[in-house]
Amino acid sequence: MIYLQLFLSYLKIGFFGFGGGYAMLSLIQNEIVTRHGWMTATELADIVAVSQMTPGPIAINCATYVGYTVTGTVWGSMLTTLAVSLPPLTLMVLITLFYTRLKNNRYMQGAMKWMKPMICGMIGAAALLFVNGTTFIDWKSYVIFLVCFLATWFKVDSILMICLSAVAGILLYV
Amino acid sequence: MKTLLQLFWAFFKIGAFTFGSGYAMIPMIEKEVVDKRKWFEKDEFYDQFALASSAPGPFALNTAVFVGYKLKGWWGSLAAVCGVVLPSFLIILAIAMYLTDFRDNRYVEAAFKGIRPAVIALIAVPFINMLKKLPWYFMLLGAAVAAVICYLGVSPIWFILAGAAIGLVLTWRAKPGVEEKGGKR
Repeated sequence: MIYLQLFLSYLKIGFFGFGGGYAMLSLIQNEIVTRHGWMTATELADIVAVSQMTPGPIAINCATYVGYTVTGTVWGSMLTTLAVSLPPLTLMVLITLFYTRLKNNRYMQGAMKWMKPMICGMIGAAALLFVNGTTFIDWKSYVIFLVCFLATWFKVDSILMICLSAVAGILLYV
Repeated sequence: MKTLLQLFWAFFKIGAFTFGSGYAMIPMIEKEVVDKRKWFEKDEFYDQFALASSAPGPFALNTAVFVGYKLKGWWGSLAAVCGVVLPSFLIILAIAMYLTDFRDNRYVEAAFKGIRPAVIALIAVPFINMLKKLPWYFMLLGAAVAAVICYLGVSPIWFILAGAAIGLVLTWRAKPGVEEKGGKR
């Protein structure tokens, strides 16, 4: 039963995962954290960090992780990874087939135009949803946030930034 | 068969060596697919990529699908997708198996306390950058959508559907003749 639920949830995430990794995070939050409670928001934030430092798309990484931790089996993680890949796989093949007709299609462009602010909002929601008592534990967290915000703004490499914030965490909190 | 293996291997490398967001993968994919293997012309690749980024799902995966499909149809897509997914699958599986053991370590815990605010910054910056590029009424809409999803717990799926529906209806109601002339300029 849990396998079926996981499969359906990740199918949904894959199907509506417009806008790439960060936008998909709010879908994952809503489905996995809020609705099913399969992981906490803090755990998801940790996985995002791990995803940044390991290769591969965040959505796939997260699916693999949740599949394993919820079921405790490799089968579970294979199932969720498959489920999240299946809708993009099918839809992309369709897009490739109708490529010439879709390329300058005004309906497609019209829909995309209005989906853009929605996708943007989803990314904002993903950031906002992570803001809670476990991510911002004291004033030091705010300092780390501000420094990292400026660093990202000025295009410092994200892997380097996460490594440095880990070092900062060890220095400040051990 | 040889092409399938080549596809798998090319995308395995892409999956294993690209970190961060899908956009970071573009140069690597281009090098492998356009420069090295000559599977695509540069223009064709970018046209297809634009479509891939408007489809749902991770960019890397969508790119694997269209490159694989062009070369070997369904089986090609499958080979490329398996290639691109496998490295991250194996790595995360290993982490999922052992992270719980490490979690209670006080150094690991302290490191994550430092990392969590950094992750939020990492998501907040692209949000603001994307918001800035929108016209002002879409800026307000984007900010409102973020607040509603976060504080009212509404599923983002509804906003995706609403966005697509509004876009389709407005296009349908606009005079097609005028639109097409505008498009051909």
